Amino acid sequence: MLLVAVVTGVAVGPAGLSPAQVIDAIGAGLPWHPHTGLSALDVKIVWEIRLPRVVLGILVGSMLAGGGAAYQGVFRNPLADPYLLGVAAGAGLGATIVVVSGGNPALTPPAAFAGAVCAVALTYLLGAHAGRGTESPGMSGGTSSILLAGIAVAAILTAIQTYLQQQHTQTLAYVYAWILGGLSAATWSDVWLILPYLLVAALVLLAHRRLLDVLRVGESEATSLGVNVARLRLTVVIAATLGVAAAVAVSGLIGFVGIIVPHAVRLIAGPSYRVLLPVSMVGGAAFLVLADVVARTAQAPDEVPIGVITAMIGAPFFLFVLRSRRARQDLT
Amino acid sequence: MISFNQLTVRYGSTLALDGITGLVNGGEWLGIIGPNGAGKTTLLGAISRLLRYDGAITINGQPASALGRRQLARLIAYVPQRPLLPPDMTVSEYVLLGRTAHIGYLRAETASDLRVCASVIERLDLGVMSGRMLRAMSGGELQRVVLARALAQEAPVLLLDEPTSALDLGRRMDALELIDEVRREQSLTVLSAIHDLTLAGQFADRLLLLSGGQVAATGQPAEVLTDAVLADHFGPGVQVLRTDTGDLAVIARRGSRGFPRP
Repeated sequence: MLLVAVVTGVAVGPAGLSPAQVIDAIGAGLPWHPHTGLSALDVKIVWEIRLPRVVLGILVGSMLAGGGAAYQGVFRNPLADPYLLGVAAGAGLGATIVVVSGGNPALTPPAAFAGAVCAVALTYLLGAHAGRGTESPGMSGGTSSILLAGIAVAAILTAIQTYLQQQHTQTLAYVYAWILGGLSAATWSDVWLILPYLLVAALVLLAHRRLLDVLRVGESEATSLGVNVARLRLTVVIAATLGVAAAVAVSGLIGFVGIIVPHAVRLIAGPSYRVLLPVSMVGGAAFLVLADVVARTAQAPDEVPIGVITAMIGAPFFLFVLRSRRARQDLT
Repeated sequence: MISFNQLTVRYGSTLALDGITGLVNGGEWLGIIGPNGAGKTTLLGAISRLLRYDGAITINGQPASALGRRQLARLIAYVPQRPLLPPDMTVSEYVLLGRTAHIGYLRAETASDLRVCASVIERLDLGVMSGRMLRAMSGGELQRVVLARALAQEAPVLLLDEPTSALDLGRRMDALELIDEVRREQSLTVLSAIHDLTLAGQFADRLLLLSGGQVAATGQPAEVLTDAVLADHFGPGVQVLRTDTGDLAVIARRGSRGFPRP
């Protein structure tokens, strides 16, 4: 599925290149390439516009879906998504501050990344502090406190962001476009910028997938089985946050990927995180690349914000998942 | 061997265990009995360090507080009263969770782990259903599955919180017989909270009667299961009978309401 998505993502575009020409163009960009009849512009379109966009889509999609699956596992909450602990609000505020202050646009991704990481850190500190005293040894105990702190932090940061936007209406369109998210401005430098974070995050999350399965029996039983739940949660949250914050920094706030892809994978491959986590990453990558193809072709030559596409597919799918789950519960 | 000394557990301002002291010898089955709210589950939770406590607990001579989670899980297997059973997990996947403390932090299970699980599954007659989802199993089967997970931990101490509360009388007897067989085979030390006083008397080597978070009585079943002792804690309608085979049977007579409950 990912292969189909990648081929489609690279082959489809307004330049009207045939699949054979696209393959030639990819070959032409490699060292010791055979001579092709393609123009330098065609090669550049494939190498400088389409390929980085597809690669960025793979990275962002896999991280959002993997982060969502990891959050769902570690918080044992099927409604958890990668923005649960304030990543979206923090990134949005960081980006908005740069835009409204007239800062260099190149500062937007680092500001969004910093905002996202700070928001989650604040959520975790507040949640852990609020939950102190309710926890048991070795357990974090503050699941609900952390989730509620995430809601509070997101509300505060979103309020600040809204206030800043309202005070600088001339930048509203730019900020709004950033919040909707997209891959239209993807470059190889974006790819190299986020790749280390995403690689580390993905490796850490995948390494903990067995322990996420242990957590399926609940915190208390997982603890009695030998899991340090507090450490597991913190490690997974740090890894997922770094990866998702990096993804959001270059792609904006693309919604629904992190929640619908893990659910779709659950329906197909079952709930074990050993399978769910890696398959969600692959599925998220394929889904986002294909959504991007729809985003840039549905209303060509204009682009539909990719967040609109993922939500328009995501929301009905989410209802379908809820319906089928209910039907399955009725059967059992 | 497990010992607890001046063990105190509080839930906020409520004192659940009030400085109790006791000892469980290796290979012994200690039945923890008492009325609702006496502190039975709390005692098991404290020994498995799922609850904060004051006082000291030692397991095979080592202070429980000095043990890491993995070390503790290799010494103590805990079966809660209402285990959380993921409906979409198979029996073999669930039993494998018992090996968590034996598998390296970021490693996968080894052939040895799988061998232990297979052996436990066979021992508890779960072999034919090892690929079945937990949602498709009966209460009695689930009880064995949960016990299998605990045995897969290969811990010398087994803590059981009301292990038969969801089973009918016949299944209760089957489950406790099975636990007793495995205990003898593997020289396990068993601590079980158990409501059914008759079954507690039949299976436990020794009983610990808790009431109001304190030790009300301890000793051989025949020493604890007496009309006088039980009347003080369960009400005057409770009566101990001795069967033809010498077993003790505890019954409650009708018309004995009015006993002040904690």
